[in-house]
Amino acid sequence: MSDLVVSTQGLTRQFGKKTAVNNLDLEIRTGQIYGFLGPNGCGKTTTMRMLTGLLTPSHGTISVLGQPMPQAAEPLKSEIGYMTQIFSYYRDLTVLENLRFAAEIYGIPKNKAATRIDELLHTYDLTDNTHQLSGSMSGGQRQKLALAATVIHHPKLLFLDEPTSAVDPETRRTFWEQLFDLVDQGATMIVSTHFMDEAERCHRLAILEHGVKKADGSPRQLMEDLEAVVVEVEGPRLRQVKHALDGKARVLSTAQVGSRLRVLVDKAEAEPVAMLHNLLEAYPDVSLALQRPNLEDVFVSATRGAAS
Amino acid sequence: MISVRRVTAVLRKELLQLRRDRMTFGMVIMIPLIQLLLFGYAINTNLRHVPVGLVDQANTELSRTLAQLVQATQVVTVTEQLPNPQAAEQAITESRIRAALIIPADVDNRIARSPAVGLGLPDATDQTSSRPVAHWIVDGSDTMVASAIKSLRTMPLSELLKQPPNRQVPTFEVTLYFNPEQRSAVNIVPGLVGVILTMTMILFTSAAIVRERERGNMEMLINTPIRSIELMIGKIIPYIFLGLIQVAIILGLGHILFAVPINGGLGTLLVVTLLFIIASLSLGLVISTLAQNQLQAMQMTIFVLLPSILMSGFMFPFDGMPRPVQIIAQILPATHFMDMIRGVVLRDASLYALRWDILWMAGFAALGLLAATLRFKKRLG
Repeated sequence: MSDLVVSTQGLTRQFGKKTAVNNLDLEIRTGQIYGFLGPNGCGKTTTMRMLTGLLTPSHGTISVLGQPMPQAAEPLKSEIGYMTQIFSYYRDLTVLENLRFAAEIYGIPKNKAATRIDELLHTYDLTDNTHQLSGSMSGGQRQKLALAATVIHHPKLLFLDEPTSAVDPETRRTFWEQLFDLVDQGATMIVSTHFMDEAERCHRLAILEHGVKKADGSPRQLMEDLEAVVVEVEGPRLRQVKHALDGKARVLSTAQVGSRLRVLVDKAEAEPVAMLHNLLEAYPDVSLALQRPNLEDVFVSATRGAAS
Repeated sequence: MISVRRVTAVLRKELLQLRRDRMTFGMVIMIPLIQLLLFGYAINTNLRHVPVGLVDQANTELSRTLAQLVQATQVVTVTEQLPNPQAAEQAITESRIRAALIIPADVDNRIARSPAVGLGLPDATDQTSSRPVAHWIVDGSDTMVASAIKSLRTMPLSELLKQPPNRQVPTFEVTLYFNPEQRSAVNIVPGLVGVILTMTMILFTSAAIVRERERGNMEMLINTPIRSIELMIGKIIPYIFLGLIQVAIILGLGHILFAVPINGGLGTLLVVTLLFIIASLSLGLVISTLAQNQLQAMQMTIFVLLPSILMSGFMFPFDGMPRPVQIIAQILPATHFMDMIRGVVLRDASLYALRWDILWMAGFAALGLLAATLRFKKRLG
């Protein structure tokens, strides 16, 4: 079990009467990008804050890099990197000044700091912005700066709280390539997100809702284990078709995606297409086809229990 | 162990931010400059030229000379002639004048018998002889105005009848040390150092930390190995220099413009002001750990600032305050500083003479820094 970087048992945090994180068991192994997927307020940030020692759990135990949290929070600071949801470096400092600040705070010796900063400026494509105030940069560039500053001290474990919620898809793509480079260099990461495409890139995922873990596994495994089949309905009057299906037995959810309606049907139903045909007798001009489930289907299926 | 590297990192960052924040840097210079000019000229405890009305019911040569004599004191200036006492009361109520001199119709008669003229002692049994020559009605709500007029009560009238001045022997001989010309600026300018430092130092530090919290920088900082004490020290050092710049502006300009002497040694002055700056900064740090946003930090600063102006001895003599108020006032660093700065600047007091104030101030600074460091948690809950 030496490759276990983070493990929690019965991790719970209450704020007054509200339970933000409820009885969470996690096992995160080295070299993984582990994702927390869930809507806003599902407990992703609270969990991260407990794992970094900023918040004390109400119940449960945490072990990070083999040490108990929050007791070992201070000594572990130099082995952990935390990238906050909003840009938390200084907007009135330049890229270089921010990186120098981070290097000094993490106690990187002066001679090594210059080389490291140079390396980071190249890796994160910030050489042209070296002397630009970070407040005047685009969201994507700021994100790169934040990541560069977060990894300046070669942390073994990285926490990224909704890292790409404010950037365009192209930047998100590049950003993730850089994360995989870091994993390649031996880092382990915990990423929170509410984007499916981002979650799909993780090695492993925990789907959280109202502080409870609804599913845990690799994205592929989660899709394979989906307790539902996906049927796509194509044709005219899709809004009426949707209303005709909503609330029917074994129809778990319906969602329109462009000119198609994506319907989740309980796996217990042996003939899902035939069943839907029967339900849609009044709509003879629609066509039905089975589809491979995607992560959104997993998410919808995993979180619908609490909603109903 | 405190890491010097991390302290200098915070320090350098603060200086860079300060350099780019032109407004704040401008305020550091302009606040003492403008306030010194304003208060140096404006605050005057020797009240002169109070606007008054005149009701001359006698209208004789003597009554007119009496009115001129009163004006010649420069305590009052007659701005209105009024027909009767009722009109004078009305004018006071309407705040057009602060007081009115009512000269009765029989003023000539009264002056002739008045002891103030010095013609000789009146007969003690004669009721008419001991009557005052005229009557002041005063808006007594402002005690300073009232005392100024009251000072005219025993004004000598010998000049009125071209008599030689009264050769009265004073009961006491009075020698005024340190401010013989009785100029208010001599007392106000050193005190202004205390008021301005209280305001800027407390506000700058409290806002500097609260701002980091508001902008989200704090969440990054608490995830780094930086220690509370390193952050606190790095934060306050730049403001110590700003405070010293302000002291130099106030005392330098006070010396040039208002001829306020600097009698004490510069070394003593430096020790005393440094202590006060550090005490104020540490109070700012304590506020920063209590306030959730910059508005709250501002409110708490004003909560400290007002008593620092009104109770420290800056405006009103500390010795005149009731004992409980004095005890409360002594908690404030400004109260001790007023004593120390006036001591050094005006009286050339030695550090030894100021030892109790110095000890108290050092204790306050250390306690504040300790409280702020303990209260500042690298935790969210």
